[in-house]
Amino acid sequence: MSGTKQIFLTVNGETHEVSVPPRKLLVDVLRDDLHLTGTHTGCEHGVCGACTILVDGQPARACLSYAVQMEGHELRTIEAMAADGELKPLQRALHEEHGLQCGFCTAGIVMTFEAYLRDNPEPTEDEVRDVLSGNLCRCTGYQNIVSAVLKAASEMREEAQV
Amino acid sequence: MALMARFGTEAKPISGGQSLTPMMNMRIARPAHLVDLNDLLELDFIRVADGVVEIGAMTRHARVASAPEVVRELPLLAEAANTIGHYAIRQRGTLGGSLVHADPAAQLPLIAVTLGAEIVLKSVRGLRIVAAQDFFLSIMTVDIAEDEILTSVRFPAMGRSTGWAFDLVSRRRGDFAMASVALALDMDDAGRVSSLRFGIGGVSPVPARLEVVEQAAFGHQLQAGMIAALAAQASAEIDPEDTPQLPATYLRELVDLLSRRSLKKATETLGETV
Repeated sequence: MSGTKQIFLTVNGETHEVSVPPRKLLVDVLRDDLHLTGTHTGCEHGVCGACTILVDGQPARACLSYAVQMEGHELRTIEAMAADGELKPLQRALHEEHGLQCGFCTAGIVMTFEAYLRDNPEPTEDEVRDVLSGNLCRCTGYQNIVSAVLKAASEMREEAQV
Repeated sequence: MALMARFGTEAKPISGGQSLTPMMNMRIARPAHLVDLNDLLELDFIRVADGVVEIGAMTRHARVASAPEVVRELPLLAEAANTIGHYAIRQRGTLGGSLVHADPAAQLPLIAVTLGAEIVLKSVRGLRIVAAQDFFLSIMTVDIAEDEILTSVRFPAMGRSTGWAFDLVSRRRGDFAMASVALALDMDDAGRVSSLRFGIGGVSPVPARLEVVEQAAFGHQLQAGMIAALAAQASAEIDPEDTPQLPATYLRELVDLLSRRSLKKATETLGETV
């Protein structure tokens, strides 16, 4: 498979024209061509969750898609969070609850729960742990991430009521 | 279809890419051409008619697990789909993709075999329908021609009074199962088994129904003693590969445990109206 293909990618509301080899992974195009390096490349086979972004609002591993498949789809990456300079509730809660140390896994976790908490505003701790099982973290031991997600969920519910 | 006919063995259809892309990233699979099915919205559907639930190949696991029609008509399928991989994986992975990939430990091939589903295949030559138990040939090998695409799966709806259970053991949450069991159970008015479908996955190259156990259960009430006897029979019936990582004796114990738990749960869900 040789040559490159001209494609249009819509990322965080902006459409970019890029010329990419058809076999270039979405995560590599985001990082190398669009310089959106907040999305991290970890295991490259879908296990670690570090590269999780939103495709049409649903979480997806950017390492398991090719960029050329994403024409006509809305992509959102960690750069869209706190774009206005104010942290999102989950980002704030991760900070307050010490839900990160090195931060490598954090972008993937924020994007995963961005979708999950939108669709499930009142998760139980078990449900949070089940969803979090798809994101590996080697620093925190997960307890503080679980607390942060639960705290963010409760804050988001309060905000929604106001 | 035309692309598949043109490129033949050189081409692989790609759906959610949750199995094929990892294999390509690891250079285990190196197809020359990929035919992307992701934008074929007409293959993302769930239709219920005449006691059959037909589900399009591009229906994502998350939808299979939560669609009200599936939860109502095929609770066994919905529950199993909800255990595939992780939350984000279930948003991309598809029913058709999982079936053609045919990992021996995967949930959906087991459910298709247990419930006697029909696999619908299409090519430029026309339509072909294969029974699930004939579709899975060996590890990651299915009865599909090089120009064919799996377009939908037809599941016979489970009766409303049918008891069911799905259970698996994996090393970590979201990992492939070391062993899994799927059951659909019907009883007559006297509380005796009138039909048991007993599927087992992970311990053989393809998922299988344990017909010996199904027949042994027929006509019996399922008290604790009978459940233990059937579970022991299931565990004796399997012939798992014996490896240092997963000794056959350990797998037999897992199957015994899963069978006991599942038979008990199936009796508890009997007659539950959703």
